[in-house]
Amino acid sequence: MKRELRVHPIRNGTVIDHITPGQALNVLKILGIVGTSDAVVSAVMNVQSKKAHTKDIVKVEDRELKPHEVDKIALIAPSATINIIRDYKVNKKDKVILPDTVEGVVRCANPNCISNTHEPVISKFTIDKSQSQIRLRCIYCERTISENIAEHLL
Amino acid sequence: MFAKKHIISMRDFSRAEIDHILQRAEALETFASERSSDILAGRILAMLFYEPSTRTRLSFETAMKRLGGETISMVSTEASSAAKGEMLADTIRVVGEYADVIVLRHPKEGSTRMSAEMSDVPIINAGDGAGHHPTQTLLDLYTIKRESNLRNLNIVLIGDLKYGRTVHSLVYALSLYDAKISLVSPEELCIPSDIKEDLIKRRIDVYETTKLEDVMEYADVVYVTRIQKERFPDLSEYQKVAGSYRISLKSLKNCKEDMIIMHPLPRVDEIDTDVDSTKHAKYFKQAFYGVPVRMAVLSLVLGCDV
Repeated sequence: MKRELRVHPIRNGTVIDHITPGQALNVLKILGIVGTSDAVVSAVMNVQSKKAHTKDIVKVEDRELKPHEVDKIALIAPSATINIIRDYKVNKKDKVILPDTVEGVVRCANPNCISNTHEPVISKFTIDKSQSQIRLRCIYCERTISENIAEHLL
Repeated sequence: MFAKKHIISMRDFSRAEIDHILQRAEALETFASERSSDILAGRILAMLFYEPSTRTRLSFETAMKRLGGETISMVSTEASSAAKGEMLADTIRVVGEYADVIVLRHPKEGSTRMSAEMSDVPIINAGDGAGHHPTQTLLDLYTIKRESNLRNLNIVLIGDLKYGRTVHSLVYALSLYDAKISLVSPEELCIPSDIKEDLIKRRIDVYETTKLEDVMEYADVVYVTRIQKERFPDLSEYQKVAGSYRISLKSLKNCKEDMIIMHPLPRVDEIDTDVDSTKHAKYFKQAFYGVPVRMAVLSLVLGCDV
C-alpha cells in the first residue's frame, strides 16, 4: 500500500508543531484565520508524536508570525515550536517561550475588574509556570485563569 | 521601607513588612485615644469613597487627625465629577495634585492597583469591590497580636468564606505566620479552590468542616463573618444555614479560657448580643485597633519617623 503524507510540505511560510492536542483551531483563531480566508492553511489534529502521545500541527503558507501572536500561542500550547520555512527548508526553528507577564493579550475573566471598563488600562497578567497547568493572574483584580485560556484571548 | 509605597493588596507584603507596620501601630496606639501628636502636621489625606463606609472612613479620618494631619473628602459620587462620567484615572491625577496621600474605596476590583499606576502620591486601598481591603487585614493581625498571639496560632474562620474579601486577605496573611487554619462554612459558601490550593502549596495546615463544634475547643481565635441572605435562593435555606453558624453563650461552653472572638463588623445576628459582655468578645476592640493601624500605615507611606 502506498504511504502518503497527511499534509504536504510547504515552500514558504510557518509550521507550528507540537501544539497541545485539540488546540489547532484556537491557533488558527489567534492567527486571524477564521471564517472565509484566502490563507493557504493545513491543520492536523491529534496525530502521533515522538515527544508526547499526540499533538496538533498547523502549516500556514507565505506567512511569518508576529511576536504577540507567538505570545498567545505560548499560552495555549506551551510546548509548540515555530518553524520558519523558506524554499522547503527549515530556515529557523524556535520553541515558544512562555513570558513571565503578558500585556493586552488576555481579557480578565472577572467582569467587575477595572481592566474591563472604559478606564485607560491595558490588561496585564503574570504567568505562574510552577504547576503542570499554567495559571494567569490578573495584576489588577488578582483573579486567576487556568482553564480554557483560549476563550479569554483578546 | 514604606515611604511613597502604595498599599494595595496583602500579596505585596512580606512578613517582615507586616511586622514592621504592627510595631509602628503599637508605638502609635497611645495617640489613638489618650493624647494627640503632630507628626503629620501640614499633610493632607484625600478620602475618595465611591461606596458606603462607616468604620473604615471614620477610622482613617481619626487616624489622620490624631496625628495632626488634615483630611479632604469627596462627599458623595452623586455630588462629584464621577456623576458626570469622569474616569477614575483622571480623578486620581487631579486629587494627587491636592493631597499627599489618597485613600480609595471603589466598586471595581483592581481599581486601586490601576490608580497606583497613575498616581505620584501613595494610594491606600480601602476596599476595591470584592477584592482587597489590606488595612482591615492589618488591623485583624494587630488585634490577634494584642489580644492573643500570632505565634502557634490556631484560628477558626466561620461564615461566608466564598465571597468574603476580608477572609481571603486574612487567610493569605495568616499563611505567612504558619497559622493552623480551620474553615467552617456551609458547603455552598466554602473557600474558593484557588485560595485553598495556594495554602496547600505553602504547606499550611488547613482543616475544612461544616460543623462549628468540630473545632471550637481548639481555637485561639474565632473569626466570624456575616452570611448574606442574597447568597441563597430561598429564605428558609438561609435561615437554616445562618442559624447553625451563630455564636451564642452555648457555643462557647467548651472553648479555651483565653479564646477571642473577632468580627469585621457590621454584625447582623451572627453573634448573640449576650456574648458581647464575655471576655472572649474582642470585635469592638478590633474596630478601635483600626485607628492605630491606619496611623501606622499613613505615617509610614508619608515617610514620617515616630
